[in-house]
Amino acid sequence: MIQFILNNETVSTNAPPGTLLIDFIRYQSRLTGTKIGCREGDCGACTVLAGTVQNGALQYSSLTSCLTPLGNIDQQHIVTVEGLNPATGLTPVQQAMADESATQCGFCTPGFVVSMTGFCLSTKPASYEAAVAAVDGNICRCTGYKSIERSLKTVVAVMQQKPADKKLFDFLTANEIIPAYFKNMEQRLTQLASATNGSAKDLVVSTWLGGGTDLYVQQHEKMVHSDINFLLNNGSLKGIRQEGRQCIIGASATVTELMESGVFQAAVPGFNNFAKLVSSTPIRNIATLAGNFSNASPIGDLTVLFLALDAVLQLRSGDNTRQVNLRDFFLAYKKTAATKEEFIEKILFDIPARQYFINFEKVSKRRNLDIATVNTAIKIEMENDVIKSATLSAGGVAPVPFFLQNAAVLLKGKRMGESLVEEVINAARNEVRPISDARGTADYKRQLLGQLIKAHFIVLFPALDVKQLLRIA
Amino acid sequence: MKNIDSATHTRGESVYLDDIPLLNGTLFGCAYPSGIANGIIRELDLSAALALSGVIKIFTSKDVTGENQIGGIIPDEPLLADGHVHFCGMPIAFVVATTPEIARAAIKKITAVIDPLPVITDPREAQRRGELIVPSRTFKMGDTATAWAGCTYIFEGSADTNGQEHLYIETQGAYAIPQENNAVKIYSSTQGPTAVQRAVCKVLGVPMHQVEVDVTRLGGGFGGKEDQANMWAALCGLAAYVLKKPVHYSLDRMEDMAMTGKRHPYSSDFKIGLNKDLAIVAYEATLYQNAGAAADLSPAVLERSLFHSTNSYFIPHTKVTAYSCRTNLPPNTAFRGFGGPQGMFVIEAAIAMAAESLGVPAAVIQKANLHQTGDELPYGQKAASEATACWQKAEQLYEAEKIKKEITDFNASNLMYKKGMAFMPVCFGISFTKTPMNQARALVHVYSDGSISISTGAVEMGQGVNTKMLQVAAHVFAVDPAKIRLQTTNTGRIANTSPSAASATADLNGKAVHLACTAILQRLKAVAAAEYKVKADDVEIRNGEVFAAGNSTGWDWNKLVMAAFLKRVSLSDHAHYATPVINFDLTKEKGHPFAYHVYGTAIVVAKVDCLRGIYEIESVKVVHDVGASMNPAVDRGQIEGGIVQGIGWMTMEELVYDAAGVLRSNALSTYKIPDIYSVPGEIAIHFLDTDKDNLAILRSKAVGEPPLMYGIGAYFALRDAVRKFNPAATIPFSAPMTPEKLLAALYNPSKKEGAPASSSKEKSVYG
Repeated sequence: MIQFILNNETVSTNAPPGTLLIDFIRYQSRLTGTKIGCREGDCGACTVLAGTVQNGALQYSSLTSCLTPLGNIDQQHIVTVEGLNPATGLTPVQQAMADESATQCGFCTPGFVVSMTGFCLSTKPASYEAAVAAVDGNICRCTGYKSIERSLKTVVAVMQQKPADKKLFDFLTANEIIPAYFKNMEQRLTQLASATNGSAKDLVVSTWLGGGTDLYVQQHEKMVHSDINFLLNNGSLKGIRQEGRQCIIGASATVTELMESGVFQAAVPGFNNFAKLVSSTPIRNIATLAGNFSNASPIGDLTVLFLALDAVLQLRSGDNTRQVNLRDFFLAYKKTAATKEEFIEKILFDIPARQYFINFEKVSKRRNLDIATVNTAIKIEMENDVIKSATLSAGGVAPVPFFLQNAAVLLKGKRMGESLVEEVINAARNEVRPISDARGTADYKRQLLGQLIKAHFIVLFPALDVKQLLRIA
Repeated sequence: MKNIDSATHTRGESVYLDDIPLLNGTLFGCAYPSGIANGIIRELDLSAALALSGVIKIFTSKDVTGENQIGGIIPDEPLLADGHVHFCGMPIAFVVATTPEIARAAIKKITAVIDPLPVITDPREAQRRGELIVPSRTFKMGDTATAWAGCTYIFEGSADTNGQEHLYIETQGAYAIPQENNAVKIYSSTQGPTAVQRAVCKVLGVPMHQVEVDVTRLGGGFGGKEDQANMWAALCGLAAYVLKKPVHYSLDRMEDMAMTGKRHPYSSDFKIGLNKDLAIVAYEATLYQNAGAAADLSPAVLERSLFHSTNSYFIPHTKVTAYSCRTNLPPNTAFRGFGGPQGMFVIEAAIAMAAESLGVPAAVIQKANLHQTGDELPYGQKAASEATACWQKAEQLYEAEKIKKEITDFNASNLMYKKGMAFMPVCFGISFTKTPMNQARALVHVYSDGSISISTGAVEMGQGVNTKMLQVAAHVFAVDPAKIRLQTTNTGRIANTSPSAASATADLNGKAVHLACTAILQRLKAVAAAEYKVKADDVEIRNGEVFAAGNSTGWDWNKLVMAAFLKRVSLSDHAHYATPVINFDLTKEKGHPFAYHVYGTAIVVAKVDCLRGIYEIESVKVVHDVGASMNPAVDRGQIEGGIVQGIGWMTMEELVYDAAGVLRSNALSTYKIPDIYSVPGEIAIHFLDTDKDNLAILRSKAVGEPPLMYGIGAYFALRDAVRKFNPAATIPFSAPMTPEKLLAALYNPSKKEGAPASSSKEKSVYG
């Protein structure tokens, strides 16, 4: 049985744990403010907030309810637009949208209201950029977003008055940004957790599920009735830490958790800028690192980055564990080295002792919230202007996320120069096997890979002659 | 006044089709589509699907009780395929089951053996094979044949625009509920309640009074629900009629994208001639419209491409021919602009080609050729032009010279990034080009408590039309807007409606509301006049208070209404409005088809990352002719939204059909529309307020479609930026400018040795 708090009601349900939250909300609870636009996490009309008690504090994050099974929100507080509505009138977020005419047909509007309220619930500084990021998973076809931007500015102005963490909920309820019932939610969630009698479910072979952001897109009907082992909130698979020169990441770390980890940011400088190109805020809140690897998409953004980091995966089956290099993990299109019984437990990579640089490049039809046409990552270790080692990867250019072996070999032991860039590009173009699809033709992907490799070097080695590099075709 | 739905929208309480509480016993439908774009159905095996528990019935063409036909303009579109499939996604069967999950599971159990036939996806190929939806049409003015001789410069080329998925966030759907005496009530997500009513009646074989269609609002339409809502309503209507049970179908996104038509792709050839002063003397074009497998609204869309083929320019000698070509794509349909944008792109491409070849800014040619009041347009109507007024205002207000200089400076100091700019003038005619459609009705009831109810044929889909209707009534009655409520759009209350389309909904329905309210007001005034012994004309209502000959009477609105009621005076009115003046002679292709034109000019600036081949549209600055806006907040929203939708069409939105006619961009993960990060950093809008009279409601000009065409400027600004990096670039006129095409333009062919010449047919002839 799954128990959670839906707005102000505690809900217990025997629905299959694979049931999608959106269907439960709309068709069982008949809360129709949460809309279905795409059922693949690409429009945000179904966005809800999920509240959990973490480190003794109630925290909320947004998620797409169309990709979230009930099993992933067990014992959480789920907030839909109905759970935000005051008895009469509008919340300041709703009022800002109304005042700025940020709602036209209205179908996407509740999703925006929920995402903006998620911004208000954040303990991070209330910048305008953060407010935009909060709605970066919400698509509107009517307004052109300018009126939404104006309403965000109004909300930001309110939120810049917010007090320090502990008083945040008092501030939010006093300003009717959230209803008063939120005040004892931390207590209710804590009680719910202690009252739940755990499930002694046998760990027989089942479907392993992280955030669901790929599996529910691809096989949503099958998933509902699958015997799922939910890993997203499994505490033993969480945590990002450094031991010696090694960075160790729990397999269920979400992209957001990576972005918020000081350890990871130190190990992968610039990651937060790369991560902005990875899906959207509500997806990053639930998409896991291991899920990205297991899905084995040839264009997984994190996969490509971790290939360049030359990461190692620890797989577990029952009491047995083994380690596999990520570059050996992908056998064929959507086929990995993991057996049916194995799941990824942790991810490890070495943090170089010498000077090193990392860069990630991605081009897609739309800059944000899109799947790459081609993505690529590079890690270069330098000593006295000589490249001691280099790892280079690319997505969208082969049936699997691709480790550019030949290109990397070329770099080793060399000094950086324009002609070396050209050699690397030629080597890379020769070792990839792109196909033509809706994201671009094979020729384009090959050409683009060259441009993005060029971009790596222009970004990492400012002394290079850009004019000369641009001429390389 | 803000959109009257703002509160329910932001509270999530607005009701859309899938939010309607279901009646007990409701069944759920799902269409089984063809996986083949052209072929003969040899076998259809429903047995495994029928064996699924919960499947009630599977409808095929044989089960249609009336005519198996939903074509609107031309009866060429079967409801369910009958022996032959014409496009991938064409419904063959309709499963009805006890739950949506069972219905969808049953779809997967249906198998069809279809003998494939050759597939045509290219409109030019269709035209060569004589596959035309309707005979071609030609608009002519002057004599191009002799005019070429007088041209100093002549350029020829081709220009292609791809289609566009509507991507209304609410998918298509319908909910049909059987009524007594074999009647059916249909809730439909449609812009055309009467079109749905007609289609359902034809399919059921019942007269129109047997079917009631009701629409509260749409979660976006953009033209996609003008004709294409008919299919789902007819399927649900048929099932409800036969099974005597309510039947609901709300399409999944992928079903919607695969089965419905989109904006028409066009492929066109052009020839443009200028004199030595850069006046455009002659223009010829041939447009090949990719209509898809059935007519839908294609002939009307084609017509509007012709009307707008010279955009805002006066060209004394023009000849434009357009073909509506039958291909094996889903029947393409209305989409904001309705063929106008496709026609305008071609003339803009022709001008750009001339400018690039002559080494002058396109703006110089554009500005020099804007049409003036009194100029005759190729279809005979004389312009009442604001084209130059908009252009000049934009130049001054936004300091065009300064923008130009900033771009030049930026480009001089940046290797990897280049900026470009473009002007985009727009002239768009307002009215349905089919004159008989320019009529509307409104039903206004004043209840005895003073509250007011309004029904019109207008469908609210986010464009704010209900807000404007309410404003009209509040304006006429001079009462508190809170007294007025807009009712659903219902064929039982308002019959024979034209769809909410052509930007004309507020004008047509607003005028009808105006007439109805005025009629009631006259009767109310007569009541007060009798009471206070003044002439009716001397009675006035101000802010809900009644004045007689300028003096307060002490009566308020409610008292006046009650007095009228007690005197048995009618408090209801049903008014009819038909746009005056307009006419069009199809035999001559001449007339006065538009009530008026909307003008505007946009200045678009784009920035290209020449390394990665990506770009951003930095700013769009617009002067837009609104007449006298009755609701600046709503109008501004329409302009901003239209611009971004137009930019999407010109940049990232790429429909991909493969050679077999299968849609490859079939989900939001493969078809991208603008998100908050991709919209221009700045959209500046200035209303060109004019005091001239016009036929718009309260002189507030239509605003729905025209702004979309400012987005065309994004394509030409990008092109300009690319040429700053690669001045010798040969860039085919092919929209959208995806990152793929942009990268090709940046580096091919001049930056690459031995690359073949561009495959486009561009050539220039200096005469």
